[in-house]
Amino acid sequence: MACDSWRSKIAAYADAELSAEEMRAMGEHLRGCASCTSDLLNCVQLKRAIQSAGKRFMPSLALRERVEKGLPARKKPVLVWSWIPKLAATVAVVVIVVLLLHAWSSLEQGQTIAELADLHVATLASANPVDVISTDRHTVKPWFQGRIPFTFNLPELANTPFALEGGRVFYLAQTPGAQLIFKIGNHRISVFIFQNRPERRFTTSNSRSRRLTFNVETWTEDDLRYFVIGDANADDIHKLSELLKIAARP
Amino acid sequence: MPLFDSLYNFAHWLTHNREEAEDLVQETYGKALKGFPSFQPGTNFRAWMFRILRNTFLTSRTGLKSGMTISLDSEEGESVIPTTTETPESLLIERSNQQMVQEAIEELPVIFREVLLLCDVEEMSYQEIAETISIPIGTVMSRLARARNALRQGLTKKLQGV
Repeated sequence: MACDSWRSKIAAYADAELSAEEMRAMGEHLRGCASCTSDLLNCVQLKRAIQSAGKRFMPSLALRERVEKGLPARKKPVLVWSWIPKLAATVAVVVIVVLLLHAWSSLEQGQTIAELADLHVATLASANPVDVISTDRHTVKPWFQGRIPFTFNLPELANTPFALEGGRVFYLAQTPGAQLIFKIGNHRISVFIFQNRPERRFTTSNSRSRRLTFNVETWTEDDLRYFVIGDANADDIHKLSELLKIAARP
Repeated sequence: MPLFDSLYNFAHWLTHNREEAEDLVQETYGKALKGFPSFQPGTNFRAWMFRILRNTFLTSRTGLKSGMTISLDSEEGESVIPTTTETPESLLIERSNQQMVQEAIEELPVIFREVLLLCDVEEMSYQEIAETISIPIGTVMSRLARARNALRQGLTKKLQGV
């Protein structure tokens, strides 16, 4: 393929929009073409300059409060019993209670995922997304000592497509946990780790799901609950999850 | 509230005005809440919210004045090979400071500004941008190429003191 044909794909390569096969082929071409590599570098530099300059405006607290006040309060559902015979009503109550208990666990898990999704988005939009900035797990892990009431292991990421960007302490139901930010391509993934509590029920010990635009994987390991959430594809979320599980085992 | 900071940043870039950006964001959340029953679960929530904000902007006084049209007859199938300039890109970026880049982005037509922000600041995929702006993916690619070229030219002029 002539260089001009490769050059026409440089922007899409920098935007991570080529297919896996095209990405590989472009990588091969770049290894042997200084001109296209230079063009790619220019493209990436421009993207970074736009990204840095573009994150410019932050909303005021007053606006946030105003918008939140504008959201209506949730209304409680009204149950209508008048048409149900007495015996059927008793049975219905039992069935509903059983279903609600099961649904409550699903709802709690759904609510937890929703809260963590919001935390993930808020972190990415923040000017200071992490409190400890390091790609080295031997720096990030010790930083959490004394800040959270548990320890955890981080995986070795050499020879993987993932990079650690850093971490911060987050709070869920007023208890501290660890949030780690990983990067793969142009995508960022948050890993939330916190202590599993008896009062915080989850329907399954392990699950993979999709929430809004995010892929989510969650599991329990040694009394710690892990949530891996990001807009990377489900396979990448799963691969990172597997690396974390291996690191957690003795 | 999901996407709050990102939506506000984008709104401010569109309107050039803090008060209008605040009104735009407030109206967006109001419309999103009202229209939520029509949101299809499993589809792209972020693109949906940004589309509401953009459409609200388009019908605002500032949006109508901004002139969201450019010469579109050449957009489809346009070559996306970047034009070369006299100043090497790396030198251009090194010499440009953040304020200069911000000014250059501000001076772009809004139709170019929005695709750059959605791609490079919000890190949306081409598909997401296409859904947000309601244009084909091919048009997203060509418009991004034109926007980036326009930004390079704007930065070059600033560096030359034009």
